[in-house]
Amino acid sequence: MNDPLYLAAAVAVMALVTAALRFAPFLLLGGRRTPRLAVYLGRVFPCATVGMLVVYGLKDLSFAGAGGFVPQLLAGALVVASYLWKRNSLLSIVGGTAFYMVLVQTVF
Amino acid sequence: MQTVRNAFKSSLPVLAGYLVLGAGFGMMMKAAGYSPFWALAMSVFVYAGSMQYAAVGLLSGGASLVTLALTTLMVNARHLFYGISMLEPYRKAGAAKPYLIFALTDETYSLVCDGRRSVRECLLLSLFDQLYWVAGSVAGALLGEVVPFSTQGVDFALTALFLTVFTDQWLHSKTHFPALCGAGVSAVCLAVFGPDRFLLPAMAGITALLLAGSLGQKQDTRKEVTPDE
Repeated sequence: MNDPLYLAAAVAVMALVTAALRFAPFLLLGGRRTPRLAVYLGRVFPCATVGMLVVYGLKDLSFAGAGGFVPQLLAGALVVASYLWKRNSLLSIVGGTAFYMVLVQTVF
Repeated sequence: MQTVRNAFKSSLPVLAGYLVLGAGFGMMMKAAGYSPFWALAMSVFVYAGSMQYAAVGLLSGGASLVTLALTTLMVNARHLFYGISMLEPYRKAGAAKPYLIFALTDETYSLVCDGRRSVRECLLLSLFDQLYWVAGSVAGALLGEVVPFSTQGVDFALTALFLTVFTDQWLHSKTHFPALCGAGVSAVCLAVFGPDRFLLPAMAGITALLLAGSLGQKQDTRKEVTPDE
């Protein structure tokens, strides 16, 4: 559908719902004092959520063939190992991604 | 200047990922017959990568506004977690606060969630990240598929970013329960519900397990309704 009115309304709806999700915690819990339970969740959520995002990034793993999981596991291991060694996130991300690209484009 | 340099340096992994993924989105919009204006509008106002990808198909199929709203709600529900994590760090952010909250994508969140950066640096990071995303989308929508080399696999940069943040948090945490809970519950839910449906059950499970963990620690937790129910 290419009707500009429809597209404008669609973009507005997606923008509003996304913003509502991002703003909701601040609107509901952002009073003068943050409720204690929210403070606790705010402290533990970063580690838990990044754990969830790691799984989210790997959600399309497939164990039907080696190409569906071996590149991700090898490149992921390289990212973690190099980070533990050098503590340089840019180096680990660029190195891991380049390695992954070589694996999926030439090996698997 | 030092803050600008730090923010830019931290944003470099996102630069690579967002330019390429943004361009991918722009190309899909072009292929579906939309003018670059709409790719630009979505990247400026919606600014949510996976939803924008999903939207291309929904829009071409003429999905109803209700369908769009519900899909956005389900795909982006994880952003509720980001807000809760940033309540305290962004409490005194002043005039920058609305934009900081608006710009909380997965990747920006993973960079600011440790609460170790100043508000100014978080703001610069958020701006840089959105600029990359907008630039990528517009370039993709204008140029279409003209990249001279294969970019297959470059989206792994974002997974790699999450992995380095995860490792860094692991090294800096006294307790690993939240990290294990987040990754473990998500992995189980992914196996049970599949890649398109696992996020909501994972969020519910993670929240429940973390709350149970806090009750185990001390008993004076006030009863409050969790905001994501």
